[in-house]
Amino acid sequence: GCFVFKPSAKKRRLSQTTVQDFRNEDSDLGDAELRFITCQSLWNQIKLETEKIQEDLNKQLLDNLVNFLSRSHSKFQDKTTEWTCQMKFREIPTAALVLGVNVTDHDLIFRNLSDFLQNNITPYIALLEAKDCPGIKNLMQKLMGQLLNCSTDVDSLEDEDYVQVSQKRIRCSMSSLIKWYESVAKKADSETPSKKRSASSRHWQSPPVVVILKDMESFTTKVLQDFIVISSQHIHEFPLVLIFGIATSPMIIHRLLPHSVSSLLCIELFQSLSCKEHLATIIDKLLLTTQFPFKLGGKVLQVLINIFLYHDFSVQNFIKGFQLCIVEHFFSQPLSVLCCQPVDLEKRIHSLCHEQCESIRRLPSFRSYVEKQVSEKQVALLTTDNFLKEETQKLLEDLRVYHENYVSVLRCLHVFTSSLPKYPLGKQIRELHCACLENQVWETEEYESSLQLARMLNKCDLVTMLQQCLEILLSSSGKEFDKTVEKLKEFLTQFQNLEAEAFQERDVSISSQKELQKKTDLYHLQKTLLELKDSRRSKKLTKFEMLRFEVVDFIDSLVRKYLIPADQKTLHEIVYFNTATILRGHLNAAPRTALHTALNNPHWYLKNQALKCDGGSISNKAPDICIVYKLHLECGRLINLVDWLEAFSTVVMAAEEPNADTASSDQVDDIIHARFIQAVSELELLGFIKPSKQKTDHVARLTWGGC
Amino acid sequence: MPNLEHPAYPAAALLHLESLVPCRESQVSLLLSIFGERQQFSVPSIFIYGHTSSGKTYVLQTLLNTLQLPHVFVNCVEYFTSRLLLEEILIQLQSCSSETELTSHVSCENFNDFIRLLKQAIVSRELQDQTLYIVLDRAEQLREMEANILPAFLRLQELTDSNVTVVLLSEIVWELFRPNVGCFDPLTLYFPDYSIGHLQKILSQNHPPEYTADFYAAYINILLGVFYMVCRDLKELRHLAALNFSKYCEPVVRGEANERDTRKLWKNIEPHLKKAMQTVYLREISSSQWERLQHDGGEPGQLKGLSAHTHVELPYYSKFLLIAAYIASYNPVRTDKRFFLKHHGKIRKTNFLKKHEKTSNHLLGPKPFPLDRLLAILYSIVDNRIAPTANIFSQITSLVTLQLLSMVGQNDQLDGPRYKCTVSLDFIRAIAR
Repeated sequence: GCFVFKPSAKKRRLSQTTVQDFRNEDSDLGDAELRFITCQSLWNQIKLETEKIQEDLNKQLLDNLVNFLSRSHSKFQDKTTEWTCQMKFREIPTAALVLGVNVTDHDLIFRNLSDFLQNNITPYIALLEAKDCPGIKNLMQKLMGQLLNCSTDVDSLEDEDYVQVSQKRIRCSMSSLIKWYESVAKKADSETPSKKRSASSRHWQSPPVVVILKDMESFTTKVLQDFIVISSQHIHEFPLVLIFGIATSPMIIHRLLPHSVSSLLCIELFQSLSCKEHLATIIDKLLLTTQFPFKLGGKVLQVLINIFLYHDFSVQNFIKGFQLCIVEHFFSQPLSVLCCQPVDLEKRIHSLCHEQCESIRRLPSFRSYVEKQVSEKQVALLTTDNFLKEETQKLLEDLRVYHENYVSVLRCLHVFTSSLPKYPLGKQIRELHCACLENQVWETEEYESSLQLARMLNKCDLVTMLQQCLEILLSSSGKEFDKTVEKLKEFLTQFQNLEAEAFQERDVSISSQKELQKKTDLYHLQKTLLELKDSRRSKKLTKFEMLRFEVVDFIDSLVRKYLIPADQKTLHEIVYFNTATILRGHLNAAPRTALHTALNNPHWYLKNQALKCDGGSISNKAPDICIVYKLHLECGRLINLVDWLEAFSTVVMAAEEPNADTASSDQVDDIIHARFIQAVSELELLGFIKPSKQKTDHVARLTWGGC
Repeated sequence: MPNLEHPAYPAAALLHLESLVPCRESQVSLLLSIFGERQQFSVPSIFIYGHTSSGKTYVLQTLLNTLQLPHVFVNCVEYFTSRLLLEEILIQLQSCSSETELTSHVSCENFNDFIRLLKQAIVSRELQDQTLYIVLDRAEQLREMEANILPAFLRLQELTDSNVTVVLLSEIVWELFRPNVGCFDPLTLYFPDYSIGHLQKILSQNHPPEYTADFYAAYINILLGVFYMVCRDLKELRHLAALNFSKYCEPVVRGEANERDTRKLWKNIEPHLKKAMQTVYLREISSSQWERLQHDGGEPGQLKGLSAHTHVELPYYSKFLLIAAYIASYNPVRTDKRFFLKHHGKIRKTNFLKKHEKTSNHLLGPKPFPLDRLLAILYSIVDNRIAPTANIFSQITSLVTLQLLSMVGQNDQLDGPRYKCTVSLDFIRAIAR
């Protein structure tokens, strides 16, 4: 399974050592523990929230699947002697679950799915992965192992002797599976009714056995075919249901299975939510809320979204990235102690020590804020800690209110921009959000053009948009919107009034047209037409158009007032995480580039002054492998080892004794020879060269120059 | 019609047998004469072959069951290792002899053990004076097991020195089985395909109890008229017949037509069957979905089949990687320079040109290419600069796991891996859009 998940987030358990980690960095401030706890609790909140969101998102899919399972099962239940049932061929009910290419997210869905099924339908679930099943034998072993284990879970302690059969003794074949199923089903039947209600009321009488193949694509054709053929022969005794996890498209079933095998399956298709919609919901619920004190800066968000869109489509990775941001923020920003729920804020601000006050004063955004104040206040801010604390509290409160308003207005703006043709500001709210965080959105060309387009909206659209905005603003918690709401309502009533007026206007236009029809004279006709055209061109705007302009201007004013980029707000450093470079380094590593840098410019990592060199010259102080690497960059595809050794020894000897006796340079010193061989084999290990079969004393390069 | 006659078996049983195996009378009588009487030694091994659902398994099973001959019936696909197979034969032999349910676990590691245990079982079951039949269904699987299994089974009579006959059932001819040397050639027997008349006869045999046989036979006639071109599989045809029969009866149930009104019924069912051929038969729509559709009276058009969902959504760079892989697979190396060096920024156009020239390459199939070439093409087709990050490399591997690319040669990763692009032109077109 790929779209590899890099374990980026350092798992910080609540242990003393990790708290120590937090502390070591800035030993002067004693609040590391507090920050750590804040970080932990915040992350836990967010985690719970995301889990809830994802559960909701998958609900539909799971419900459909459960429906399907119960249907497939019911047919097995009533063993009708009906003619059609006898004639029909028993197919294995199969759900083809198309999950999209974001394989890292699948685990979560499968986990949810198996839990859900376990609670609702059947205790017998086996999850199979292709890497465990290279042959049909391994598949059966795995399957039996999982099924027998899950039966122990359910009828826990009652009869241990039954399951005590060690796994090696069991013959891994379908017949033993069937025997097992019979015994389990019989036991469920023989249980007393009262007991049954308590224990297995959740499950049906003879529950189906669900086998989930997690990654259909990676299974080999042979294994799948054999498994399906075998189990289809026993479908009468063994109610199997297959679930195929498919990452690409359901066509893969036909590609993997020949018709003779696929005709044994009764395939129904289920599709999960597309990962882009998934992400949109996550962003909507995690970032565009006031629930969490921590916020992402524009650049950081851009990095996360880019990784998602360009590389992996994995929502899970996005959330992990988000987690990394939180950890990094609380770790690197000492003032992040103030990034907490508003309830705790006052207490925390009061307990700030002098050092921390100083670090607030050092914040760039705070300094520019101070510069704007009158001189007495400047002095007070810079000298009195208590005054500073009060001011800080006020500013942080401002920041919170700003964010609240920001979110509501952003949604309003999105209502407008998302319906414009060609989407100059992006279709998704995340694009708009990024644009607004990045810089003053009203200064961009896209904004200008979208306003232009908004001025051409028809009335119907405009009214529905205004109504949507009204709803958004009413539901927002911000208190400043009373006036805005009133204004919007006013607009809406005006639009309604317009409708009445429109009737009259239409009468007028009709009458003018009637006039037109009366005149049959060509000359007059031409004249009136020209007049009409003129009047239309110069005609002053209709009331509707006036109103439309007003509305757009009003929206514009809202945007200018509320959608100020976060990094222009004072104290934004405390709650906004904005160091994108660190994040990019962690999440989107470039191994080749790093390797090249290390070998080409060892000073970069070793920080040794002696290694500092300029341009292309090769210093002989560098590690041997660096010298060898640099020399090999100058060669073609095939490298002559003897020449290489010559060059190497020249470089190494260069500094030691530039004018030693030239006779000895003919034959290379043994030590240098050994060093050279070691360096070359290191390069080979790193994958830069390999021995060539074309010429014996040559090696082949595996890279081009550069990276 | 040749009546089954054999002195050793009661005539009633033979008559019953004949009614159970329509259109296979000649094969059955041949088999009977080969088997001979119970106590007589039969041919050591018989090899029966014929296409899918030509009644091999069914005939053998009914024959052995109705005449109550001692036999063991094993499917070689199900018992996929030689050990499982041999143990299963012994278990079946034990369980049908002794009435006790619990059979002790037999462990049989190799063929030597098997012969010893088999002899014991025969003695304990007092079968010395009867022929024991061991039927191995899907015998082509035997070739995948150890080399000694197949020849040993063929000579089982000789090896055990007792009255045993091995019957092999397979869909392929004996010539594809024969090991090189020292192999006993079994008696081969061919089961021909059922003709359309046979199919008609067999299918009409089990008609639903509510309707007359004639009515059902007419239905089968129509069904065969539509499906015989594409499908001669008896099981599949029976399945399809059962699926669509309710639709056929609809006019009768509603009272619009009586059972004799063949033309009207035909008009009603024919388009329906054609649709079924395009959907259910190809397993585009599952049969349960089809039934529900029929029940609700909906149009099949509203349900999309499996192949309607061909679109795969890929991340931005994965798309480009796949396109680059496609280009690398189908373009010869020498043209790379022409396409990617000279015209900067005109890549769309050159792509287009190339596809016109090189249609023959599409017939030849994809060619392997090294990783470096893939990356070089990727860099030239993507507008902005890409850093060779770990994410890019991991996308290549994930494309391999998704079977959109395939790795050629299981070489070491360090050793310059080579890939092939396995997707079609249509797929690439859809992605490039």
